[in-house]
Amino acid sequence: MSPKSVLLWTMQAALFWLVLFVPQLVVFLLVDEPPTWELVLLIATLVVGIVHTAVEPSWRYRVHRWETTPDAVYTLSGWLSQEWRVAPVSRIQTIDTKRGPFQQMLGLSTVTVTTASAAGPVEIEGLEHEVAQRLVVELTNTTQATPGDAT
Amino acid sequence: MSTPSEVPAGLPAAPEFVEPLQEWHRLHVRMLVVRPLNEGLAMLVPILILLFTGNGEKWRLIASGATAAAILGFSYLIWRTTRYRITDDQVELHTGLLTRKQLAVPRDRIRTVDLTSKPGHRIFGLSAVRIGTGQQDVPGTDGLTLDAVTKQEAERLRLLLLQKGVTPKAAAEGEHAEPVAVPESEVISQLDLKWLKFAPLSLSGLVAIGAVFGVLSNYADDLGLHPVQDLWEWLFGNPSLALFAGFLIVLAVVGLVLSIPLYILQFWNYRLTREPDGTLRVQRGLLTTRSVSVEEQRLRGVDIQEPLLVRAGKGAKLAAVTTGLGSKGESNLLLPPAPLSVAHQVSRDVLKVGSDPTTLRLRKHPFAALRRSVFRHVLPWAVIAAGLALWAPSWAWPIPVAIIPFAALVGWDNYRSLGNALDERYLVTRNNSLVRSTVALQRTGIIGWRIQRSFFQRRSGLMTIGATTAAGAGIYHVTDVGESHGLALADEAVPDLLRPFLIDSTVDGQAERNA
Repeated sequence: MSPKSVLLWTMQAALFWLVLFVPQLVVFLLVDEPPTWELVLLIATLVVGIVHTAVEPSWRYRVHRWETTPDAVYTLSGWLSQEWRVAPVSRIQTIDTKRGPFQQMLGLSTVTVTTASAAGPVEIEGLEHEVAQRLVVELTNTTQATPGDAT
Repeated sequence: MSTPSEVPAGLPAAPEFVEPLQEWHRLHVRMLVVRPLNEGLAMLVPILILLFTGNGEKWRLIASGATAAAILGFSYLIWRTTRYRITDDQVELHTGLLTRKQLAVPRDRIRTVDLTSKPGHRIFGLSAVRIGTGQQDVPGTDGLTLDAVTKQEAERLRLLLLQKGVTPKAAAEGEHAEPVAVPESEVISQLDLKWLKFAPLSLSGLVAIGAVFGVLSNYADDLGLHPVQDLWEWLFGNPSLALFAGFLIVLAVVGLVLSIPLYILQFWNYRLTREPDGTLRVQRGLLTTRSVSVEEQRLRGVDIQEPLLVRAGKGAKLAAVTTGLGSKGESNLLLPPAPLSVAHQVSRDVLKVGSDPTTLRLRKHPFAALRRSVFRHVLPWAVIAAGLALWAPSWAWPIPVAIIPFAALVGWDNYRSLGNALDERYLVTRNNSLVRSTVALQRTGIIGWRIQRSFFQRRSGLMTIGATTAAGAGIYHVTDVGESHGLALADEAVPDLLRPFLIDSTVDGQAERNA
């Protein structure tokens, strides 16, 4: 996992909290004599937002792991709630890469591995472009070598 | 996509045979009338109103005539533009007027065939055919549906489409025996009128009341009446315990009375059979008849469902865990509400095992799971009570407070339900209280794991293990299991999948706990 993902998550978290905070601020400034609860909510949003943006990305970075073996793909993700996902290579249906706007800025990609189950896509976030590409090629090759319809 | 020459290794190559059916087919002409009958009953009302409310003024006749013509014309266009054919290796469906849609399904991927005849279909001897593949159902889409063809054609399609699924050899044999000569099928279970006692327990009557009520109030709304609102306001205008109790009693009685005809409506002529072509077939229904065929090889397990009251009456219903079934109208049902012993027996016969895996002795989950379960059930009501106490009139907050003990009971029962077991072929897991569900999932059907540990779960050393699968709900959970036992279970259920990672993670986990 690239260390740049900390920056990515920070940007995402900051954006999320800004979207919540800015409209509140605008309303607060435009309305004459805003009620107290509006001020309370505004400050609460600011505090929680700053703490979350400061803590969550590095916490997440400490938790996140991924690994592939010839037999399986494995990820550990989350921060407060954590989740392990394992998918055997023999059951892989599709392998996608995607890059959001922030990810493009930082040169990162997400690799998504889906199986026949609607519940089981394994997402590997925050990979450097080249690493992601190499991973996709590698997984595609091992998947193709496995017979069966993977259901 | 595959060609007939692509035979699994180890099997003799299939003898070449030519399907008699290669040319394009249309749906049956009678669907012109049937489709509006089934789907357009609502349209009939405005037409009739238009016709009969006036004194035969000309424009009314013209308007209703035009509406009817538009409906028929639309049906005609659908009929005109819909064609299907069955080739050696795929089923093709072309449909749509403005947006042309072409669907092709490889025949060796067909897992289920679902024949449904609504009353409209039955009057005209037709049937709708839904063909299910291994793909997971996307809600709101129909998959490949032929609505409608004649009953004989539907039956022929069912035999034809599922034959190939087993082995090419069986298909070839089936070719000699013409589909007209229906081969013998083994009956696994059929409706017993004694099962009717579970009808009231399944609360289906209340659901029916809700549905009927919904439709009626819709019409009332059109006429400018608001019975629900009026009733509600009146109830709150004169709050009295007797009135409320009376209302509940009436509701319960009507629900009880309605539930029996409803059970008959849904499950009349219920029969579960094993067909010679390797499929399980469920037939049922009084007005709307249904026949769902499931390829047996694709059956990944069973789910014994016990709604609270049915469970109290020692009953259960049985559902199939398989791919290719739509989510509409309980298409995965193998057995309607019936005695638990029957459910176990059917499950055993369906899975072809010596003893039903769901009767295995389940391992209990740690005590911490009880704490979590009770807490999770009580918390929402406590929050609601607190909210009402702050912002609602003073009579409101005791209601959620009164519910809390029951919520705690449900939480306790939920914990009692939790359990898991493993035998040579199945992973068994049990969850939930209100509709307790015991799932036996084939271990070979598990295609991955999702292991969740929330903040609080980590503090109490628990985890929720989800076995992902292509069948049924897509994932089945073993909830709040102890960490080491849970990992051992997952590792044993699918050997070698988790192990390489397990060593790291247990070391990590150890380090975490030691720290």
